[in-house]
Parts: sequence; C-alpha cells; structure tokens
Amino acid sequence: MAVHDVRDVRDAPDVPEEQHHASAAERKRLGVRGVLRYVGLFLGSAVFLFPFYYMIVGSLQRKPDTSVKGAFPTGGFTLDNYTQINSRVDLVQSLVNSGIFTGGVLLGTVVFGVLAGYALARLEFRGQGTLFATMLLVQIIPFQLLIIPIYVMIVRTYGLADSYLGMILPFAINSTAVFIFRQFFRQLPEDLFSAARLDGASELRILWSVALPLVRPALVTAVLLTFIGPWNEFLWPFLVTKDTSMQPLAVSLANYISNVAGRAANPYGAILAGSVVLAAPAVALFIAFQKRFTASDIGSGVKG
Amino acid sequence: MSTLQAPRSTARTRKGAPAWVTAVVGRHPVGMLLSAPYAVFLALVFAWPLGFAVWISFHDYFFAAPGAQVDRPFVGLDNYRTVLADPDVRESMVNVGVFLVINVPLTVVLSLVLATALNGAIRGRTFLRVAYYVPYVTASVALVAVWLFLFSDGGMVNQILGPLAPDPSWLVNSTLAMPVIALFVTWKQLGFFILLYLAALQNVPKELYESAETDGASKLGVFRHVTVPGVRPATLLVVILATITGANLFTEPYLLTNGGGPNGASTSPVLLMYQRGIEQGNPDTASAIGVILVILVLLISLVNRRLLERD
Repeated sequence: MAVHDVRDVRDAPDVPEEQHHASAAERKRLGVRGVLRYVGLFLGSAVFLFPFYYMIVGSLQRKPDTSVKGAFPTGGFTLDNYTQINSRVDLVQSLVNSGIFTGGVLLGTVVFGVLAGYALARLEFRGQGTLFATMLLVQIIPFQLLIIPIYVMIVRTYGLADSYLGMILPFAINSTAVFIFRQFFRQLPEDLFSAARLDGASELRILWSVALPLVRPALVTAVLLTFIGPWNEFLWPFLVTKDTSMQPLAVSLANYISNVAGRAANPYGAILAGSVVLAAPAVALFIAFQKRFTASDIGSGVKG
Repeated sequence: MSTLQAPRSTARTRKGAPAWVTAVVGRHPVGMLLSAPYAVFLALVFAWPLGFAVWISFHDYFFAAPGAQVDRPFVGLDNYRTVLADPDVRESMVNVGVFLVINVPLTVVLSLVLATALNGAIRGRTFLRVAYYVPYVTASVALVAVWLFLFSDGGMVNQILGPLAPDPSWLVNSTLAMPVIALFVTWKQLGFFILLYLAALQNVPKELYESAETDGASKLGVFRHVTVPGVRPATLLVVILATITGANLFTEPYLLTNGGGPNGASTSPVLLMYQRGIEQGNPDTASAIGVILVILVLLISLVNRRLLERD
C-alpha cells in the first residue's frame, strides 16, 4: 500500500478527521452548487448500492424477473432459493471453513503483526531496514504472481492440500496491517517508552501495558482490513481445496456458479442467495465499525 | 501518566552492553526476536517463492510424485521463448492493456471527483461513505454473481437497452467482455481509492484554497490548480495500485466471462498461469509468465513514479 512512503515519518502529524472545506454559511444554507453536489453524490450512491439491492431482491424471488418492474416486486417473496443453494452447497460447513481460514489469518496478524510492527516502529536492531524494505516490496508484488512456486511448495512439497494450515499459511501475517501497526506505534511519544525502560520494564511488558492500550483504534482498523482479505479470497483457497467439505464459501459458491448452476430450477435465485450469505458478514462488520474505516485511520497507514 | 513522564535519560546505555555488541545487533537486539516470526513468514512465503519462481522458469520443471527423484534440466531462456511466442499470452497482455486503459483513468477521475465532493458534504456523510465503500469490502465472487444476472443475455441491462442491446451480449462479446470487467473492477475498488484521496485532501494546505478564492478563481479553477497538484502523491499511489490490480486479475475473467471467454478475449495472465501451470501441468512456463509480470509491475511502478513526481 505505502509504495511511496519510504521517508522518515516519525514527525508526521496525526491526520485530522476529515475536515470540511464548507464554510459556516454554507452549512446553514445550501447554494445551487451544494444541491447539485448532493444530487450527484446521492445518484452515484444509488448506482453503487443498486447491485446489492438487486442481489437481495433476486435471492427472494421464485422466478427471475429481469424487467425493470421486476426489480421492485411487491410480493411473492420466498426463501426457496436459500434452501436450494443449501442443498447443493453445505452453507454451514462452508461458513465454518471461511471462519477458520479468516480466524487463523486474524490471529497470526494480530499476534505476530503487532510484535513486528512494534519492533519496526520503536526498536533498533540489526536487519530492521531490510525487513521494512521487504514489507514494502510485498505490497507491490501481488501474491497472485507467485502462486506457482507457493502452490508447488505448499501442495506438492509439504502436502498441505485440503488443510486449514495450507489455506492460512500464505496469508498468515497481513503486511498492510503490520504497516498500519508500525505507523501508529511511531506516533506515540518517545518519552513514554524511555520512561518505562528506565523503570526496568521489558519490551513485551511495555508493548502490552503502555503501547497497545494507546493504539486500540488502530487494532480495530487493521483487524477489519485483514478480515476482508481471507473472507473474500478466492484464488488461493480454490487452488488448495479440492475436498468440498474443506472449501470456504467463496470457493464453493464459485464452483456452484461455474459447474452446477445450469441444472438448477432457478439458478440465478440460488446463486444470489449464496451471494447474500457470503456478503452479509463482511458488510455487517463494516457497517458496524464504519467509523473506524475513515480516511484518517487508513490514511496514517498509507501516507507519509 | 504523570509518573511515566520522567526526564529522558540518555546517559545510561542498556545494561552496559559493550559498544561492539550494540554495533552488531543494534541498540535493542530484542527487536530481532519480536520480529522474527514476521521475518520468517516473509522469507517463507515471499522471498523464497520469488527466487523459486525464477529458478523454475529457467528449468524444465514438472510436477512429480512427492519424494521422487527426477531430473529437471536447466533450459536457459526456453520457457521465456515459449511464453513470448505464445499467441494466448500475447492476447492476455493486450487484454490487460485494454483493462488498464479503461480502469486507471476512470478510477483516478471518479475517485478524485467523488472524494472532493464527499469532503465538503456534511449531511448524509455516513450513508454516503458506506454506500461508496461497500463494494470494496464485499467478496468478488458475490458481486460477480449479481453482474452475471444484470449483464446476461436477457438481463436487466439488455432489457433497459431494448433494441440497443449489444449482440452478442456483453459477457460473450469479444469486444465488450474486457471493458465490462474493467468497469466491474472500477466499481468494486473505487471506495478504497476514494478513501486514499480523502486522506490526501486533508494534507492540502487550507491557505492555498483561501488564496485561490481571494484571487477570484472559479471552483473548477481551484480544483485544477490547487486540488489536483495537491494530491499528486496520492494519484501516484492510485495509479500504481490500480496497475497492480490489473496485473493480478483472476476471479473476474474466471467467473464473469466463464474462463476468459469468449475465445480468450478476456483472458488475464494470472488466469493463464493457472490454466497452464496447474490445470495443464506446465509450472515452468507459468512461472515464466509470473516473472515477466513481476518485472513489468516493477517497471510500471518506477515509470509512473518518475512521471508523476516530476515537477
């Protein structure tokens, strides 16, 4: 993410919450421009949200109705499509698999990512520069370009196909989250740390009792960002899981779309029902914590 | 808190470690320990695979039963010759080019304009923010499903267009398949880029806006002469990240256009890597595609950086 950010950012000021350039007068009375701005913004948001609305409506209809009127049905809703997709794809098992995959990545990122972020931000040690540079490089070179060697290593050499470990391993520590942790630890005043060290506290103790409580908001942001990675990931779990009882929902739904859908009575209804189940947890989490997903939180991760 | 704010002491070195030890391991050797799991992780799933990819691409590599001793001779640039002469690979590169030409400008313009508009909006902020970010947090697989429904032959988009509907329909039309994918990705990723620009907008000095306004600049003039140059570093980041997204397209051509169809018109290099390397068992040529892509991504990042950071 932070491709351009290799400069020293120790003195970077905390990014303020999004400021409004609108003056106090504008706040009270919207001018023509203001109205236009809102019309544009709300029209745009309607375009953005329509596919989500359509996903839900389509998943509740007995027969797909693709006419414009069909997008606004007044009745005839059914949960049949959910039963249909559940008979082809074990939704509960798939959700459990998605949950274990995501949980493993979150655990690895929160434990080892915080340790690394702290060390990179507040300590001086041999290899620190190399580690930091590698962390940045990882963000530029996408994982997808390395799937062949990683596939050979994990599936062929270590025989980790159809296992949770094989699924989790390439994602175990999210580098973007490490970067966010580092940025937040860096913004804390050095006095806190030197005082604690003078008192004889160990680094682990300082991290746990002094630094972590102060960066709790960053933790939430990083956890949210990390969550959507494995929960939504398709390519890698698709490669490592052939056994349907091990597949996360994104994979089993994709397989349903590309293989089975043609044979179902209402394929789109079933597919859309599966999509709702896949999308719901991430969207719900995001809405619940949307305050932590603001420009200032992510911004301190991506700007210098 | 007050007890923690003791005066900073620089006199005492940590536990009186000799200077040469500090010079070798650093002032806080415990940092090596704390970051060791992450360092091992990066070595294992990044550095080593990167080297291994290069190694595979220079050898006649094939999958063998675990533990079997097989000869995998060095073949020099053979795999690269095969890949570069392969019309499918060339087509996939052209496809990525089409993707980037549509996706990158659209992403930059829309996200900057929407971020600027959102920045001044006070009412309905939360709703608007959620609306624009929600595709970004949702799985591609789930969103592809709706797009399949919308853009299918008898789908809603064609219903609205009526006689204007393209024939063959969007996703099975060799000219339109890639643009639809580019549009899908723009829509899906836009929220993230709006977020980047919103952060960047906070760093444009307010005085610049004020002095431009006292000089009587129009809103458009302010946008062009203050906002656009002010967020230039963010633009660099957006262009690089959008390019990287283009380089690792997989889910969309795999599902939306049913495996890069029609006839390879929407194949992406990563999809080819999967088909050649894993489906057809040629990891060596697939690795060569991967190495070429890594080099291209690094080159494009460097060039963009040069171009956009020039004053």
